[in-house]
Amino acid sequence: MFDLKDLYQEVIVDHNRSPRNFGKLEDADRVAEGFNPLCGDRLNLYLKMEDDRISDIRFDGSGCAISVASASLMTEALKGKTRDEAEQVFNEFHDLVTEKKPEDTDSITHLGKLAALLGVKDYPTRVKCATLCWHTLHSALEGNTTPVTTE
Amino acid sequence: MSEITAERVSTPATKLDVEAVRSDFPLLHQEVYGKPLVYLDNAATTQKPRQVIETVDDYYRHYNSNIHRGVHNLSEKATAAYEEAREKVRRFINATDLKEIIFVRGATEGINLVAHSYGVSSLKTGDEIIISEMEHHSNIVPWQILCEQTGAILKVIPINDAGELDMAAYEQLLGPRTRLVSIVHISNALGTINPVKQIVEMAHAHNAIVLVDGAQATAHTAIDVQALDCDFYVFSAHKAFGPTGTGVLYGKAELLDAMPPYQSGGDMIKMVTFKKTLFNELPYKFEAGTPHIAGVIGMGAAIDYISGLGLDNIAAYEHELLGYATSAVQEVKGLRLVGTAHHKTSILSFILGSIHAHDIGTILDHEGIAVRAGHHCAMPVMERFSIPATARASFAIYNTREEVNTLVRALDKCREIFA
Repeated sequence: MFDLKDLYQEVIVDHNRSPRNFGKLEDADRVAEGFNPLCGDRLNLYLKMEDDRISDIRFDGSGCAISVASASLMTEALKGKTRDEAEQVFNEFHDLVTEKKPEDTDSITHLGKLAALLGVKDYPTRVKCATLCWHTLHSALEGNTTPVTTE
Repeated sequence: MSEITAERVSTPATKLDVEAVRSDFPLLHQEVYGKPLVYLDNAATTQKPRQVIETVDDYYRHYNSNIHRGVHNLSEKATAAYEEAREKVRRFINATDLKEIIFVRGATEGINLVAHSYGVSSLKTGDEIIISEMEHHSNIVPWQILCEQTGAILKVIPINDAGELDMAAYEQLLGPRTRLVSIVHISNALGTINPVKQIVEMAHAHNAIVLVDGAQATAHTAIDVQALDCDFYVFSAHKAFGPTGTGVLYGKAELLDAMPPYQSGGDMIKMVTFKKTLFNELPYKFEAGTPHIAGVIGMGAAIDYISGLGLDNIAAYEHELLGYATSAVQEVKGLRLVGTAHHKTSILSFILGSIHAHDIGTILDHEGIAVRAGHHCAMPVMERFSIPATARASFAIYNTREEVNTLVRALDKCREIFA
């Protein structure tokens, strides 16, 4: 039986209530917009790159607890990472929430706080809430200008 | 916790025996996440009584065959049952003539049929179409496309903070170029019951015709197209205890007669040569191809079911349940209803503090409660109230006060999780 507490963990509730790195980044050099047309979740992601490294990252927008917490945790996890390192975290996270790879202790340790989001894999309709910010990040890193949608 | 008073759990004094009704709906008797199912997503689709399920089953088991063409016994039976359903629909909405009842896939297809057939052949550049701010996307997008095709102009009646049409603004919008008004009977997002008769009278005074989107209405209120005097009325069977994929377009015969076919193919023709094709008469002119025979016959059974209970009894029961539910949910701290019209059907759209509707939906699901969370295919309504989404509990004849109490307890749980 799925337990709601696996989905709405303390970390998620906390990051939803007080999202980190929230608000526009004025000197961003990359911006991307993400949109989930099913529920209306919207987010803007702002990146500042130094060579290949994400020197600053912020977001704003509105969405459900899962999508806001996911974006907040993502910005914390990626600040200071290189583009390749960020892509690696993305792939690892994505494979676990979409159950392409089974969970093991190693991968959970790798993800750190992001592991709090793994509860969504039991809720197929909510996986998109957790991955929206990551797809938006991907788009920002690629320099795409069309908004990302989950559909 | 919100208090559930003893007085509020007593049985409402109406003629409807809700336990008997519930026993007709097999799906309701199951558990979700170990909790008894509380189905409150009736505005999306209603559940089906065994009378409908058995009618569809009986058709496929005993007389499945194509209609209007077979000379054999099975085809005659199927044709008779299909056409009997048309008569049931005619009586249900009090249309004058069987040829005014066109079977379509649902309300959406009915609107598209009118937009393509009537709209493309009758509208010109500068003509005006009026819709409202509370329309479902299915009563917005077909008209936008028609406007692009014809150069017609779309005008929108605003709504007030309660979610009611601004009738003074409607009067202002009507003018010499108004050709068509397309309006929802009952709003799926707000529950508002619109004054359709008055809307039709005002449009007719300007020689404009009126389409009424009745998708949300037929399970809850009696329809009389002659009394309303609307020119078109559309509805879907599945929102009124019938099968999905079937519905009705009612149209006044003189309008339908003058309209070109919408789709073409078998059954809608009298004679085909490579030089010329003669179209069939109404209603078959608009029923190309093999229709959803089982669905139509099932819709007939759903209408029998509704008529058996009596729409007056249904409306009285739901009105009482809505009153109970409205006061019960308002005791939940931080809950705000979106849609508080004076004339309302049994729909509660709401927001709860800063908790997103999607999170509410997931938490309620865990308590066995099915609600809709999102924009309800009415994004302009969400924009009007400056909210991204609402949670929506929509009630039908088989819902009870106990289920309302379960909902209230689950909403308190949402607040606890996000406290």
